Amino acid sequence: MKFSVHVEVRGLPGIADPEGRTIERALPALGFSGVSSVRVGKVIAFDLEAADEGAARVAAEEMCARLLSNPVIQRAEVSIHSS
Amino acid sequence: MSARVAVVCFPGSNCEHDVAAALRSLGAEAEIVWHTRSELDGFNAVIVPGGFAHGDYIRPGAIAQFSPVMGPVASAAAKGYPVLGICNGFQVLVETGLLPGALMRNDGLRFLCETVTCEVVSTASVLTSGSTPGETLELPINHYEGNYTCDAETLAQLVERGQIVLRYSDNPNGSTGSVAGVRNEVGNVVGLMPHPERAMEALLGSSDGRGLLAAFVDAATKLAPTHFEAA
Repeated sequence: MKFSVHVEVRGLPGIADPEGRTIERALPALGFSGVSSVRVGKVIAFDLEAADEGAARVAAEEMCARLLSNPVIQRAEVSIHSS
Repeated sequence: MSARVAVVCFPGSNCEHDVAAALRSLGAEAEIVWHTRSELDGFNAVIVPGGFAHGDYIRPGAIAQFSPVMGPVASAAAKGYPVLGICNGFQVLVETGLLPGALMRNDGLRFLCETVTCEVVSTASVLTSGSTPGETLELPINHYEGNYTCDAETLAQLVERGQIVLRYSDNPNGSTGSVAGVRNEVGNVVGLMPHPERAMEALLGSSDGRGLLAAFVDAATKLAPTHFEAA
């Protein structure tokens, strides 16, 4: 089966996010108030051939651990949809 | 024995000739080796130079860790031979897991290209064995992702084991603990963001990198050149 995989890579909680902080400072200057906890991440999307959803998830999570994210500073969230 | 240093070159490396020239000025032999080599023969030290290996895609060093040459580089590290990562080379060594921590974008989101003052912390490394603790060095930095990051527990371990080799006197990039360079537990693998190879001549701004690379070359001469391949 073919699955569409969506990986969202973000900084671990507590790790500095200078880009998020800069956006948070810029928004009030444009008149948007009340914004807090801005975090900037990266999305990696791909199609994956696998036996079932469980197998697709196992493979995607291993890809995250070995290449797509750096577990020392980042957390990866995997979502999977059948395509 | 003379020092024969392999200077690793990835697609996107850009400091390999500077490093080779700096090594030759110290009397060492330097050979630039392409990243597809799965064996390194007749060397007694390795340097991973600066640049943008594999375009820094995904993260700096993330793809370089899978280049065939990293097999022999890891083998040299495991056998106790001197291995040095400068700037992007430091990023490659942390991604490979040969050094602890990670390097993130600079606090302030600015590319930094300036000469900074660094303080020698540990002298128990192949890079700083000729220095004195507390000695200050003027070294150029040239990076966007040089913000050294690790959790509090790792930082405490680095301090306790004397693995911090160099520290910024005035932290330019937000690095945890002002870390500019670290070593592995043994001291034969070192990574640093500043460029010692660009501080070889007083006429060009500073010669403070000379002592660091001279110590590295000296460490190499103590070991017989050998053959490295992936374990």
